[in-house]
Amino acid sequence: MDFLSLTIFLPLVGALLMLALRKEADKAAKMVALATSTLTFAASLVLFFGFDRAKGAYATGLADLLQFEVNKPWIETLNIHYHIGLDGISLLLVMLTTFITPLCIWGSFKSIKQGVKGYYLAFLILETGILGVFAAMDLVLFYVFWEAMLIPMYLLIGVWGGPNRVYAAVKFILYTMVGSLLMLVGILWLYFNAVPGEHTFDLVRIFQLGQIPVEAQAYLFGAFALAFAIKVPMFPFHTWLPDAHVEAPTAGSIILAGVLLKMGTYGFVRFCLPLFPSAAHDYAGLMMLLAVIGIIYGALVSMMQTDMKKLVAYSSVSHLGFVMLGLFAFNMQGMQGGTIQMINHGLSTGALFFLVGVIYERRHTRMIADYGGIAKIMPKYATIFMIVALSSIGLPGLNGFIGEFLVLVGAFKTSPTYAIFAASGVVFAAVYLLWMYQRVFFGEITHDANKKLTDLTTAEKVILVSILVFIVWIGVYPSTFLSISENSVAMVLTRLGG
Amino acid sequence: MSNYLYLIPLVPFAGFIVNGLFGRKLGDRAVGFIGCTVIGLAFVLSIAAFVELLGYDPYQRHIEAEWFTWLAAGKLQIPFGMLLDPLSAVMILVVSGVSFIIHVYSIGYMHGDRGYARYFAYLNLFVFFMLLLVLGNSYPLMFIGWEGVGLCSYLLIGFWFTDDAKATAGKKAFIVNRIGDFGFLVGVFLLFGAFGTLTFSGVADQVLLWVDPKTVFFWIGLCLFIGAVGKSAQIPLYVWLPDAMAGPTPVSALIHAATMVTAGVYMVARNSFIYVMSPGALEIVAWVGVATALFAATIALVQNDIKKVLAYSTISQLGYMFVGCGVGAFAAGISHLMTHAFFKALLFLGAGSVIHAVQHAYNHTGYTGDPQDIRFMGGLRGKMPTTYWTFVAATLAIAGVPGLSGFFSKDEIIWKSFANGHSAVGIIAMIAALLTAFYMFRLVYMTFHGSWRGRRGQEDHLHESPGVMTLPLTVLGVLSIIGGWIMIPHALHGGAWFEKFLEPSFAVADEIAPMHGSHSLPFEYTIMGISVLLAISGILWARAWYIQNPEAPKKLASRFKVAYQLLLNKYYVDEAYNFAVVETTLGTADGLWKFFDVKIVDGLVNGVAALMGWLGSIFRRLQTGLVSNYALMMTVGVVIIIGYLVWR
Repeated sequence: MDFLSLTIFLPLVGALLMLALRKEADKAAKMVALATSTLTFAASLVLFFGFDRAKGAYATGLADLLQFEVNKPWIETLNIHYHIGLDGISLLLVMLTTFITPLCIWGSFKSIKQGVKGYYLAFLILETGILGVFAAMDLVLFYVFWEAMLIPMYLLIGVWGGPNRVYAAVKFILYTMVGSLLMLVGILWLYFNAVPGEHTFDLVRIFQLGQIPVEAQAYLFGAFALAFAIKVPMFPFHTWLPDAHVEAPTAGSIILAGVLLKMGTYGFVRFCLPLFPSAAHDYAGLMMLLAVIGIIYGALVSMMQTDMKKLVAYSSVSHLGFVMLGLFAFNMQGMQGGTIQMINHGLSTGALFFLVGVIYERRHTRMIADYGGIAKIMPKYATIFMIVALSSIGLPGLNGFIGEFLVLVGAFKTSPTYAIFAASGVVFAAVYLLWMYQRVFFGEITHDANKKLTDLTTAEKVILVSILVFIVWIGVYPSTFLSISENSVAMVLTRLGG
Repeated sequence: MSNYLYLIPLVPFAGFIVNGLFGRKLGDRAVGFIGCTVIGLAFVLSIAAFVELLGYDPYQRHIEAEWFTWLAAGKLQIPFGMLLDPLSAVMILVVSGVSFIIHVYSIGYMHGDRGYARYFAYLNLFVFFMLLLVLGNSYPLMFIGWEGVGLCSYLLIGFWFTDDAKATAGKKAFIVNRIGDFGFLVGVFLLFGAFGTLTFSGVADQVLLWVDPKTVFFWIGLCLFIGAVGKSAQIPLYVWLPDAMAGPTPVSALIHAATMVTAGVYMVARNSFIYVMSPGALEIVAWVGVATALFAATIALVQNDIKKVLAYSTISQLGYMFVGCGVGAFAAGISHLMTHAFFKALLFLGAGSVIHAVQHAYNHTGYTGDPQDIRFMGGLRGKMPTTYWTFVAATLAIAGVPGLSGFFSKDEIIWKSFANGHSAVGIIAMIAALLTAFYMFRLVYMTFHGSWRGRRGQEDHLHESPGVMTLPLTVLGVLSIIGGWIMIPHALHGGAWFEKFLEPSFAVADEIAPMHGSHSLPFEYTIMGISVLLAISGILWARAWYIQNPEAPKKLASRFKVAYQLLLNKYYVDEAYNFAVVETTLGTADGLWKFFDVKIVDGLVNGVAALMGWLGSIFRRLQTGLVSNYALMMTVGVVIIIGYLVWR
């Protein structure tokens, strides 16, 4: 049975089912959404346990690495195929997506009261889009998923967002579109020229047979990299992110930070590095520089935020800087660190956004100054918030450290200077998160409205604890996850000539 | 052997889990019992490990047990492994032993506190991380413990978090430590780059065969030392420790005196084979140590908060330990680490007993003052004899009075400074020793002697602390007295057993750079004699000023007002840091956000959008909807095309 296709399209099936519901059938819509996304997760578990970690050792292309591969003609005149498959890196991202989505959906039950059906509909379509991006092995298929997922996200921000939602949604979609247009040009170039004597969108074939001249690589790298850099987002293309996050509903922020941004970093590992290795080497210095600037800049700006959600948003810029730094270190430690850091960021920042959402629902404010002393009223909330903050700070024993440590070790081998600057981000992260924590949780309660706050509900507890399990797991025994991506990363390194 | 080494840290961890998750339901008695039992078990296991180690030949005393591969990526392979050798054996004994005593004391001290379960959970967690720090067989594992104890320190300093000042102190500790950790991390990167492995024995093996230039050792040593400077509160990163006194007093005793703050010393000693490769780095260690020893001692001279005096004293004593390491006498540094753990833990617990009593008296008289200000104490000697006598024993030990533990360890450090050719360092260390004797006896006299200087009537409510608190004081008192007897040097016809026991841990260092120090006995006696004289003069000086002629220090303070204010305000270092570091960083961050992000980048983005909008509004005018307009345009177009075709 084709569990990969099942995983990708189950959410879409759920969305179609939902169309059959009456418009006011809120409860049914919620149940359908939660059920399908949970089933999707279950289906993806089959992939997780069926994945052979040993496959593809010493691979030089995708062909040896892909598992659960499906390849069927789609539009034959243009040689477009429905070609999907997973390697270690995409498996990790697929798992992250299927894991986070049901939690997001469950977490939205109380907060979304208007247009309930449409909201879950958009969410399910979004999931299919994201999963498709990670699994697609045909460039057109990839592009279709890439663009398709924009629409539901645009709606989630634009319809269910905060007061300034339209500005944020338009900014989000235009920023992304600008990048992806150039990528489309790049894809067309590959179609016509990559494999001599053949017109193909097939990524596996391009990996195998592609001969991309060095001069062309520079342009292609640029075209793809811009699309991905905006998505990551890398400094200085990051300004859509704080706006999108602040306006998006909680679950939108979680999925945006947790998974959507990873499409950018994934793009770098999947396309820019292995397909254009010579250009990648030429651009590596610049990319590392931007990554380091992002780390420090994001952290510094984060420090000054008065809105908790914006603070977390800017911290994402900093954390994704670590991912990029690792990827462009071009060695095992850096790239494995970058990969695991994608997952870490999804878990930790996702949890942070959820936590901000928890308190926002109770008090309808995200301003740090409106809180203070709430550790006394909400001890469970305070404890979990602390653990998640520590994971984001990079405390050893939790997940964040694994990623940051590997990235820095890797980066130090390539460029000690950049690594040392990046390591200072470790100090800043402690400053902005602990400072925020202190202002929100410690001290005496200064606002009367906070005295009536209630601690976490059962649903909230279950959601958060399930994320915490992985935060601790990756911190204590990262091999479970590192071993999945190892061969894929090695392949990229081989192609980079490492 | 390898079967139970992990248990040493893991048993306290189990205590943390139980107390952390179920503490509130279990009730205070059960929490206290569990909290103490797990630490007691860890102590028993440590003794077993120590005894087993003694069974081996001295140079076979090196046991490594690897459990699983914790982190692997390419060449980087980090095992989760434990290393038991004389150095870590001493450390686990000191850590679990002192921890056990302080846990018992805490039962009394924290009695009735709302956060009783949380307190014991944190304390158990701390012991777990501390034991991991000293048992880990690689740099990254040590770093886990290193950061973990920092976290517990943060949580416990800000234990009473509703007080914003306490929460701020915790945060300050964490952040300042992070600056040090940054150095530690860079050191680890350098190590991996140079050796391709991160286990202690892996690196040590390669150091022995090293033929390349030795500059890298200087940088590794320096970076690791930055970490040590943060954790062990040395210049310039010591500023967090005095503030850390905001935590409950047993915490100050355990974390901020006896164990965690000595982690930096342990780390330097553990890396002896790195440091001996770089005399430059060792020189820095010695000088930072001695400078801190003197600097902190001068501040301690005038402080009026009982815990602040002890805090600066701790910073100063940690300086001595670094001096020991810096002059190549690693064993002497560790000796002082151990004796200091005894007498400083005792001093803090004694201070806790005093604060407890004074607070009790304040509560009974409805007075809300600061129960830690020694200007309003006095005469406690008769009220709390056990506290008094144990406090005196510890004070004599720290002052370096012959026969007590502190004498042997401190004297060894000073002697080795001279013997190994660092006379200047030795002389400064001697001056600091004089100051130490003075400020410690000032503290004793102001707190326990004379008569009560607080409100009248309060003294009737002063009582000795309960047995659960005084028993730990007594045990530590005995240790403070006899703890140094295993260190009696050959010069005094002792066996220097402790140094000999530690020797194998520094064998690699010794092989690389054997210390050919002076062995002149008369010289050693002279140094020892001067040390003793200085200690006694310090005591007499304090006696002269605070017992016989209490007006003298006040007169002096008003005569040298500037100097006095400078010391009282701790050289204004906090203010300078606040201005130079904190304000600058925040200013930059604010500028980056409000100017660069909002004005430049978003300005550009919105500018492009506005441009498009403007262009659109111009082209929109073409779409008039009037057929005649469109017809005109068409005609013009046709004319242009024909014209082009004709004239091209």
